[in-house]
Amino acid sequence: MSEETEKEAPKKPAGRRKFELDPRLASYKGVWVFVEHERGVAHTVSWELMGEGRKLADKLGVPLAGVVMGAPGIQTRRFCEEAFHYGADLCYLMEDPLMADYRNQPFTKGLTDLVNAYQPEILLLGATTLGRDLAGSVATTLQTGLTADCTELNIDMENRSLAATRPTFGGSLLCTIVTLNYRPQMATVRPRVMSLPKPDTTRTGSIVEHALGMTESEIVTKVLEYIPDNLQGKPQLPFADIIVAGGRGMKRPENFQLIWDLAKVLGAEVGATRPIVQAGWVELDRQVGQSGKTVRPKLYIAAGISGAIQHRVGMDASDVIIAINSDPNAPIFDFATYGIVGNAMTILPALTEAFRQQLATLKVAV
Amino acid sequence: MHIVVCIKQVPDSAQIRVHPVTNTIMRQGVPAIVNPYDLFSLEEALRLKDEYGGRVTVLSMGPPQAEAALRKAISFGADDAILVTDRAFAGSDTLATSFALASAIQKIHEDMPVDIVFAGKQTIDGDTAQVGPGIAKRMDLQLLTYVSSITDLDLENREITLHRRAEGGVQVLKTRLPCLITMLEGTNEMRFATLPNMFRAARYPLKLWDKDAAGITDVSKIGLKGSPTIVSKVFAPQAKTIPAEIIDCESKQPKDLAVTLLAKMFTKFPNLHEDIAKANA
Repeated sequence: MSEETEKEAPKKPAGRRKFELDPRLASYKGVWVFVEHERGVAHTVSWELMGEGRKLADKLGVPLAGVVMGAPGIQTRRFCEEAFHYGADLCYLMEDPLMADYRNQPFTKGLTDLVNAYQPEILLLGATTLGRDLAGSVATTLQTGLTADCTELNIDMENRSLAATRPTFGGSLLCTIVTLNYRPQMATVRPRVMSLPKPDTTRTGSIVEHALGMTESEIVTKVLEYIPDNLQGKPQLPFADIIVAGGRGMKRPENFQLIWDLAKVLGAEVGATRPIVQAGWVELDRQVGQSGKTVRPKLYIAAGISGAIQHRVGMDASDVIIAINSDPNAPIFDFATYGIVGNAMTILPALTEAFRQQLATLKVAV
Repeated sequence: MHIVVCIKQVPDSAQIRVHPVTNTIMRQGVPAIVNPYDLFSLEEALRLKDEYGGRVTVLSMGPPQAEAALRKAISFGADDAILVTDRAFAGSDTLATSFALASAIQKIHEDMPVDIVFAGKQTIDGDTAQVGPGIAKRMDLQLLTYVSSITDLDLENREITLHRRAEGGVQVLKTRLPCLITMLEGTNEMRFATLPNMFRAARYPLKLWDKDAAGITDVSKIGLKGSPTIVSKVFAPQAKTIPAEIIDCESKQPKDLAVTLLAKMFTKFPNLHEDIAKANA
């Protein structure tokens, strides 16, 4: 009945309404994180989420669980151990040879079955190609709410619901979304948006096993082959410690060489804003921001970048930001650590030289 | 072969500005475009039609003005266009939207059986990537997201082979029709509209379907009622309160500015030395 009143007045802000959870949903307890892995390696986004899930579980006073699905074997079980190290209290483990490769059908059934059997109130997944494919399918099968690409997760203590904040309208605004009378409340978060917690290798937990209960003949899609990416020479911005990035203020494609020169001295990756990528000066994998990569380097050097919100959301978790811009009013100076007001075309070579000398003295000292 | 392509009309988010005082979206003058991700799916559908024959029906849900997006698709070479439009859809989230679109596709299917449904990978206004998977699950279609190329289509045996982008690699998948495909961006290039198709698009008698025409009887599944998620707050990103320390020196020479910056930075963040050394290793 609360569900009916819920729907009668949908326009009022959710937080301020008196809210009663449908009694049928009261049995949904606990926070779950889907542990994504590929070729024997867990995706770090799962551990970033585990850190975030820990905070949510603590606020609610409920256990935090990892969900591990994969081919039977020691490797799959190792992900449970890792999940404990990153904060999980228990793990739901589903082992089946049919899940050696990701396929939508068995994974959707497996995760849906687990949710129906053990009833979590919150389910978090990484916003990767796998996570988005699976989350959309599971949410539809369960007929529940899913909020994609969240940048902040919190608990609205008034009604114990998940408040998921995400950018909207291309990053110009943020909105907070709640899923009140449906369970579980689902959300995805992009890699590197949350910080990676420090693992505690002394932590352990319990494992709950559950069978998939499917045969290969029931699965329509077959994996003929898996072609691993050749990562040699491919930019790896999300995990780079140092990034030198350029924007429209670099003016001409040949000036972008100054960015590469500084990056070479620092052993850094090169990043860029959307207009630079669209102009074809650098490849798509180097785009930082709302529609590109999210990065969290130790040092981010932004040259000729104004700091529009679409770029900012992808890089403002950097530890130290150096901004070079000729416009003293550029928004990037509002949040950078250090700013140099000036022409990037003359500042960049000077910076390259200064770093080169600094590094040379370091080598001598060592 | 009959292909349905789901498209959406969206505001060109690159041109959206937020009012600096009221923090509201300034919609005036923002052009409406076909969601760019949808065009990769539409082009792929048209290519399949070129090679294997058949018809391409474009489908959209939205306000009446979204017909412009459908006419655009006709000008590129789509055969039919249906706009599902009804006030009852207002406030639909991705779950409710996928229900409405799946109902409409089911209706289309009853007229002429559908073999492949295409949808955009995601939209540029919502960015959720949930509607494609939602339609597939509701209609029990094989779901194939992030497809980079279709390598084989065997209509006789109703099988399709394609490359799907996965984390860290590419999956080569073989599955049965009917299926739902979302194409990865940059995998093809939308053709130019031909003059005859442009004329056809202008004159095309677009089909407008309300919820009844789309075969929707359960109104609790559409609009706000059918949407589990509720937007509780919209706000502008908060500005960080600590502005940058602006590096300055007497000479104003780039060289001196750079040296001053490095001295300050390495004093305050001594660990950066080690990080840079590590990155260089």
